[in-house]
Amino acid sequence: MLDAEDWGAIWLTLKLATIVTILLLLIGTPLAWWLARTRSRLKSAIGAVVALPLVLPPSVLGFYLLVTMGPHGPIGHLTEFLGIGLLPFTFPGLVVGSVVYSMPFVIQPLQNAFEAIGERPLEVAATLRASPLDTFFHVVLPLARPGFITGATLGFAHTIGEFGVVLMIGGSVPKLTRVVSVQIYSHVEALEYAQAHWLAGGMLVTSFIALLLLYTFNAGKVTR
Amino acid sequence: MISLRFNVARAGFAMDIALELPGKGVTALFGHSGSGKTTILRAIAGLERHAGGYLVVNGAVWQDDARGIWVPTHRRALGYVFQEASLFSHLSVRGNLDFVLKRTGRRDAALFDHVLALLGIAHLLNRRTPDLSGGERQRVAIARALLTRPAILLMDEPLAALDGKRKDEVLPYLERIHAELDIPMVYVSHAIEEVARLADHVVLLESGRVLASGPAATTLARLDLSMGLADDAGVLVEGRVTGFDAAYDLLQLAAAGGTIHVAHAALAIGTKLQLRILARDVSLALTRPQDSSVLNQLQATVAATWPANTAAHVIVKLDAGGTSLLARITRRSYDQLELETGKPVWAQVKAAALLSIG
Repeated sequence: MLDAEDWGAIWLTLKLATIVTILLLLIGTPLAWWLARTRSRLKSAIGAVVALPLVLPPSVLGFYLLVTMGPHGPIGHLTEFLGIGLLPFTFPGLVVGSVVYSMPFVIQPLQNAFEAIGERPLEVAATLRASPLDTFFHVVLPLARPGFITGATLGFAHTIGEFGVVLMIGGSVPKLTRVVSVQIYSHVEALEYAQAHWLAGGMLVTSFIALLLLYTFNAGKVTR
Repeated sequence: MISLRFNVARAGFAMDIALELPGKGVTALFGHSGSGKTTILRAIAGLERHAGGYLVVNGAVWQDDARGIWVPTHRRALGYVFQEASLFSHLSVRGNLDFVLKRTGRRDAALFDHVLALLGIAHLLNRRTPDLSGGERQRVAIARALLTRPAILLMDEPLAALDGKRKDEVLPYLERIHAELDIPMVYVSHAIEEVARLADHVVLLESGRVLASGPAATTLARLDLSMGLADDAGVLVEGRVTGFDAAYDLLQLAAAGGTIHVAHAALAIGTKLQLRILARDVSLALTRPQDSSVLNQLQATVAATWPANTAAHVIVKLDAGGTSLLARITRRSYDQLELETGKPVWAQVKAAALLSIG
């Protein structure tokens, strides 16, 4: 069965995924809204940057994050200047890396949902005396709800499932950066297959249930 | 009084329009798609911004780019009814109406009840918007627009997305609003029947230009202006019921040019009616046809001729004893009959649509 270290890894993973999901919704909502609405020529470039984690090997992403957050990187200079210290091999560093890595999984569903709403409800709201901000909160957000549920679920599940980036920038510091996926890896390396099984099986079942709920919800939306 | 001046130049469309519209009653912006009527309406609402525009609605300056004035849509005292159902799908009927009340900040129960009654939607309040019929949705949308207490009500072909039966379900409500509320309306349409029923003032538009602007009756009767509307060029004829042929179910009308029969239920003698006669339903003969199935034959003289929208056709304007008619005939027939201005002809009217009763 699971020992204290395993439970620590599970707790750490859930904490990481929750914080990352919340941050991604906060950052992702305005960014996805901008991507959905803009006619700027930068749209393609920004959209491509956001989508990069979909195609890049996690080790590449992790490597560059490590370099930029390190003592000679721009983010490293910044965090040291601000007195935060260096981010690699710390929990905040893991959060930053995960936000970048899971970004497309939140942004793209949001962007699709915003695009699907179209221009008309915004125009209608304006003719009903709603200011743009009012319209965003009381028309756009409710209409985009399926996109938020999809984005939050995928962002959360994807953060739980990340391994390569965590290993590159977080290493495997118990209680600090050793998340479930890394814990499984160390169990396997130590030939503790039973414990690896418990954790891996738990991940499998959790991910399946999350996706099952999501697809059931979205299918219900369509047939309604 | 609504004064506006808009100048639009974009790929494939140019518009240069200056209009003075009455500040009460229904003004119809009438024309084909591409005539600019919806563009004008959206510009009045502030949904489109065209540089150099000028717009004053009953004393309120909503746009004057010369003085740098621009009032955003949500600060304009207007109601807007869109062509298709525009209800918020995440809200119930009541939620859609409450959306307005929350923002105008005034809960006026009397107004609320009055608007519900006016549009006959009180029984729909707790329904989900996707469950409504097209006609019900549009009535709710109109009620929602009225609850904003608009200084002006803008309607962008509110019936265009509805089929004939649903149109007839909504039109009477529009007539009631016109009759009962003192709100000026600007109504965009390409359906002459709606315009003839609702409008007090008509603006004829073609390709971003104003062909005519004036009281409905005179504007719609000015035939040369409707030339631009080649596909359904036609005229409005005023008539008075003089009898009913019960054996054949035909209503007999007297118009300035002669007697016209239309298939219609009996109406009181003396009832004034408007008929719409399309140019394509009028054919011409030099002598009175004795063996024709066409009932309505009016003696007329050729008043003018214009090219039609195809090279094969011409449009002939006729004067039938004071009633103007249009006939769309082939150029070949025109030459064979040796028609020319002043020549007497018999106009056979194959069909006439009864527009308004009253």
